[in-house]
Amino acid sequence: MPVSERGDVVGAGAQSAAQASPPVTATGTPLATPAVAHRSEFLYFAFRNWKFVFGLVVITSMLVLALVGPLLADHKPLEFAGPTDQPPSAEYWFGTTSFGQDVFAQFVYGLRAAFLVGALGGGIAWLLGAGIGFTAGYRGGWVDDVLNMLTNVVLVIPTLAILIIVAAYLNVHSYATEAILIGLTSWPWAARAVRAQTFSLKTREFVDIARLSGRRTRQIIATEIAPNMSSYLLMMFILLFGGAILIGASLDFLGLGPATSVSLGLMMHNAYLATAMLLGFWWWFVPPGVGIIAIVGGLYVMNVGLDEVFNPKLREL
Amino acid sequence: MTRYLLRKIVIYLVTFFVAVTIDWAIPRFMPGDPVEGLLARMQAQPEAAAHLSGYYTQAFGFDVPLWQQYLNFWAALFHGDLGLSIANFPTPVTELIWGALPYTLALLVPAILLSFWAGNKVGALAARRKVLDNTVLPVGYVLTATPQMWLAIILAWLFASTYAFFPVTGAYSLALQPEWSLEFTRSFLHHWILPFLALFLVAFGGWAIGMRNMIIYELEADYSNYLASLGAPTKLVRKYAYRNALLPQITGLALALGAVVAGAIVVEIVFAYPGLGTLTLNAIENRDYFLMQGIFLFLIVGVLIANFVIDVAYVIIDPRTRIGMQGGA
Repeated sequence: MPVSERGDVVGAGAQSAAQASPPVTATGTPLATPAVAHRSEFLYFAFRNWKFVFGLVVITSMLVLALVGPLLADHKPLEFAGPTDQPPSAEYWFGTTSFGQDVFAQFVYGLRAAFLVGALGGGIAWLLGAGIGFTAGYRGGWVDDVLNMLTNVVLVIPTLAILIIVAAYLNVHSYATEAILIGLTSWPWAARAVRAQTFSLKTREFVDIARLSGRRTRQIIATEIAPNMSSYLLMMFILLFGGAILIGASLDFLGLGPATSVSLGLMMHNAYLATAMLLGFWWWFVPPGVGIIAIVGGLYVMNVGLDEVFNPKLREL
Repeated sequence: MTRYLLRKIVIYLVTFFVAVTIDWAIPRFMPGDPVEGLLARMQAQPEAAAHLSGYYTQAFGFDVPLWQQYLNFWAALFHGDLGLSIANFPTPVTELIWGALPYTLALLVPAILLSFWAGNKVGALAARRKVLDNTVLPVGYVLTATPQMWLAIILAWLFASTYAFFPVTGAYSLALQPEWSLEFTRSFLHHWILPFLALFLVAFGGWAIGMRNMIIYELEADYSNYLASLGAPTKLVRKYAYRNALLPQITGLALALGAVVAGAIVVEIVFAYPGLGTLTLNAIENRDYFLMQGIFLFLIVGVLIANFVIDVAYVIIDPRTRIGMQGGA
């Protein structure tokens, strides 16, 4: 997936950020006050980075639409709302489908499903990737050999191919199930990247000191290693979130998602089945794609912005 | 070098073994009785259900112990026997897949190679060049966040219904038979261009952004600064940066294969292109499980072969893997 190779790229940035020189403002003058607290320093640069702000604004407005939209919609997404094949109008903001359903209602409920699949699927993949990566990288030896083999095997198997046969046998009834399936299959690149980072961090002196002082492995990972790659872990979650939404949309488009509720992928599936693109019912299939691009693209742009915030070397231009 | 490739081959063999095992295990270990589940979802008539039930039990080989089922599965696999298709009974699954494979390859191979080449070139040009960067970056992000099936639907809508430039269904005109003739080739290319574009554009965006970011990292590296301070022309510095940035991109190519294959499946469906994707949809709609499992195995084997080709290319391009200085991809 295109996401994954950027994951490695981001890793390089996050790592060099840890050793970077004192922050420099956009004009090139060093910051006068050295005592700026870490958190506010992060916010200072984050909100001066247009990529981060742009991504955040897009994501937030989509999230608000997903939360508030269903309250504004007059109809349930799957109910028969009135005239069929209507272009957008004052009454039906996004028009209606060939089954007389309100496209706006479908869109906002679909956004909810997208956020759910992204958050849950991305979250599970993040937990698995971080857990396996930390364990393999910190323990080394045979544990690493086994986990690394597992990672490489799952990495090579095309995620959608395995999800197609699993979803076909296991009737998927809810987006939570779909998200869990996605999370269980999309963690490998994250595990590989965390493992590589852990390898380089575990030989540092502060980790040695922690080990000498008798701290437990789990504590060392949580308090010494993870905080030193926190920026990286955050960006990893963002990429996994976006990836989960794209995979979920493909599954729904194939008709393997839950059939009783609506999602952006299912909207495209229905529009395609009704040959909406040949009949020119653009209002039916344009919104779901735009919604996905807004969420996923917003996440990616926010991710690059964060990379520039964490890594001063990238801030110029 | 041999050690590096051998290690990769071991990983691929294990992956193949695991994939076959998953393929075998899913119908057997999913909750509920698979045969009953299949029949319930097919909503077959009672008489038909009885026949199908018998067929499934026999075809899955449920009447022998589990370990023997597993060995039988492997034995059948090595005889090239993936079962018979339910939807196109009694055509063997392998025959259907061999018929669809050329079309999928004709879409995938050019889309992967051309998008990789063009994306890397454009990304490298855009890095640290303000005007170009400001176009390539937003366009690249929109493209890489686009679901392929949506782009396919939009292309079909724009070029086929509104302007009627390109046909939107099938791989060639239905008036023709597949053959090596000028007319067929023209019709084939005419049908090929839109699905190809849908796959190409999405992948192109990803490569352009990846390369743009990598070049910026490389231009920040000490060797670039050193070279520049020696008075080397910018062109030369960028050339070296490009070569180094290409290595992680090739690793990324191996990782991206799964996503491209997934893209091909959904794009083919939109254009009713007679490849593995459309076959997958048929299998899903008809609950044709043997076909689905067969396609799964073919996809895995294809991705494994492609991975191996990329590994060999990596060894050729990066001399360090040849003398064993690092693990590489």
